[in-house]
Amino acid sequence: MARPTPQLLAQRAAKRASADPVAPGPGGPRGGAPASPQTPVTGSVSLVKSLEALGVEVAFGIPGGAILPAYDPLMDSSVRHVLVRHEQGAGHAATGYAQATGRVGVCIATSGPGATNLVTPLTDAYMDSVPVVAITGQVPSGAIGSDAFQEADIGGITLPITKHNYLVQTPGEIPRVLAEAFHLASTGRPGPVLVDIPKDVLQAATTFAWPPVMDLAGYRPTLHPHGKQIAAAARLLTSAARPILYVGGGVLKAGATEGLRRLAELTGAPVTTTLMARGAFPDSHRQHLGMPGMHGTVTAVSGLQKADLIVALGARFDDRVTGRLDSFAPGAMVVHADIDPAEIGKNRHADVPIVGDARHVIDELIAAVEAEHAAGRRTDLSAWWAYLDDLRERYPLGWEEHADGTLAPQHVIKRLGEIVGPSGIYVAGVGQHQMWASQFISYEQPGTWLNSGGLGTMGYAVPAAMGAKVARPDASVWAIDGDGCFQMTNQELATCALDGIPIKVAVINNGSLGMVRQWQTLFYAERYSNTDLGTHKQRVPDFVKLAEALGCVGLRCESAEDVDATIAAAMAVNDAPVVVDFVVGRDAMVWPMVAAGTGNDEIMSARGVRPIFDDDDA
Amino acid sequence: MSRHTLSVLVENKPGVLARVAGLFSRRGFNIDSLAVGETESKEVSRITIVVNVADSPLEQVTKQLNKLVNVLKIVELDPAESVQRELLLVKVRAERAVRAQVMETVNLFRARVVDVAPDTLTIEATGTTDKLDALLRDLEPFGIKEMVQSGLVAIGRGSRSITATPTTTPTATPTATPTYAPTSLGPSRGSHQ
Repeated sequence: MARPTPQLLAQRAAKRASADPVAPGPGGPRGGAPASPQTPVTGSVSLVKSLEALGVEVAFGIPGGAILPAYDPLMDSSVRHVLVRHEQGAGHAATGYAQATGRVGVCIATSGPGATNLVTPLTDAYMDSVPVVAITGQVPSGAIGSDAFQEADIGGITLPITKHNYLVQTPGEIPRVLAEAFHLASTGRPGPVLVDIPKDVLQAATTFAWPPVMDLAGYRPTLHPHGKQIAAAARLLTSAARPILYVGGGVLKAGATEGLRRLAELTGAPVTTTLMARGAFPDSHRQHLGMPGMHGTVTAVSGLQKADLIVALGARFDDRVTGRLDSFAPGAMVVHADIDPAEIGKNRHADVPIVGDARHVIDELIAAVEAEHAAGRRTDLSAWWAYLDDLRERYPLGWEEHADGTLAPQHVIKRLGEIVGPSGIYVAGVGQHQMWASQFISYEQPGTWLNSGGLGTMGYAVPAAMGAKVARPDASVWAIDGDGCFQMTNQELATCALDGIPIKVAVINNGSLGMVRQWQTLFYAERYSNTDLGTHKQRVPDFVKLAEALGCVGLRCESAEDVDATIAAAMAVNDAPVVVDFVVGRDAMVWPMVAAGTGNDEIMSARGVRPIFDDDDA
Repeated sequence: MSRHTLSVLVENKPGVLARVAGLFSRRGFNIDSLAVGETESKEVSRITIVVNVADSPLEQVTKQLNKLVNVLKIVELDPAESVQRELLLVKVRAERAVRAQVMETVNLFRARVVDVAPDTLTIEATGTTDKLDALLRDLEPFGIKEMVQSGLVAIGRGSRSITATPTTTPTATPTATPTYAPTSLGPSRGSHQ
């Protein structure tokens, strides 16, 4: 199912306003079509038929007692089911699938422990606004509340981590609930939706008809921005001396990257893309300053700090971007555009708040800026660019080779990006390797950078890469993982090996929990409490042997000379997943860095090196 | 910090109260009072919530509430522009010697005696929070054995209705009632374009 375009959503909203109750429209793909005749089926068949009608190609899951009835009709369905090894893997795979395509990712689990294993990936998808639908079996209706075997109140548990959730009460409502779940997950600010179905409801006799009538009286996301606000934003954008476009994941979710490029080139303003928005604007573009925030470039961080106008597009002023809020961008007016009204003004006051879908916001901003230009209003940004270009030249991203001759992780990641190229999909875990993968790979296209930004879920990479590879089998999909992260979810490599999902995994193995170790180096007097993983000293586990045991090809690389050849060897394998154990130095650190709890002006470009800003002399 | 009365219209579906209450606790707000009941339309319930918070966090929690799929509408009721009432049932010691005094207090507050026992009276009173507090203060010296209070319910003065069939004409929300979406944002529910 393609993500509905804003136009489609607007039409749908208009239709909803004029006629209630409403049919699901193209959210269920056959909007406007007459309902199919009522066919007698079981709840399970109704569930599977609903998934088919919604255009679901693939679901990731594991069967178990309560969901078992659903797995019988699934066997004959057009929906491909990928049998994962742990429900967390199913959830992240659904997220990776959704992040790589914009379509709704689907995962299935049984009641109790199956469902609770989805809690982490659902929270992850909630924090990163990913459209995911989770279907869980529940104990039979009569047993709910009795602490029955494998009972968990997954509805209650996921209340704060889903956009919405359902406990299906009768089999007749299954098509409607599924249609609503997909609609909610994929429209407005996307997010995960959980549908919990008791076993007796799956077994009961019912009838199936499609499309169902949705009943969502309280759900009406705002798509079109207010014209007055757009005009005000355009006036600011054409009169500011030091503007910056602060681009977040919302731009990718709205499919607004083409428009963003036009807006940037029209205004000439610098662009910074957050960790969630890497790929929304080409890294090779002259106007791109890189990533902002705790490990952002000196230029992007300073660009925000010194700006007189920040135009935030689908970004949420996260603490990793702003540092200390009270010293963040002190001289900037803020235009804040987001589809979620609750984000606007949450962390930073918005001078011009705009509620709307990023695609509409950007398109309308372009028209309004053109009108300002036509009226002769535009400012000269050459002094601003001179300032930024000077910083960019003096403080490029880089690293120092270590005297001990150990392999630099940054070199591995940079070469990987160069060899695989911009058409590859890169999926990171969480930690140092994630920051380096964001910094040293050049992202040119949307949907090529997947990571866990908001929740920071270690273990995200392998299953999410699996989901991305299922979604885009022709793309080269690389998980860039740490040795810590990799040990949390690598069991899904068995799934990949058996199900024909040949992902590649670059384990950036520094023998420790690297980011935590970096903080211990910097803030805990080099007291390395519980961060040595033994993947260097004891080589436990041996990642090459582990890869082979999981049905993958295992490679190892320990020196800079071998990096290119090893990557080439991995690229040559297409019939099995590949794991490369890149044994890298453990003392490498992520720079630049704004230490937690400090302001962005305290950015350090390298250990002990604070950039020199022009106005420091004053 | 100030006291705010929110009327939240929600779909009358299972679990909605938990979603609303959970949102308050998750954001660190204490709910002072809560009352839930059906409205003139049986598909719609009305939750009246009294909270004591500063304006900016209240705006955030209101926006978050608005995002709940089952929430149809949120209106803040100004105490001056609305009728606000609580119900109190209180069992007071009232031996023969003081019974007349207790009755005098009951009459003074236009409360009613709803149950009589040899040594106690059970009194029912409705009114604003202030009035009920005053009544309790006056009854306290006699000895309060037990009391129970309802959550506050409130309704706007004048002929306008905030419930104006929200399920059938969702975009036709009255604009004169105060809501928490700042005017510069427009109504957060997408009816302003």
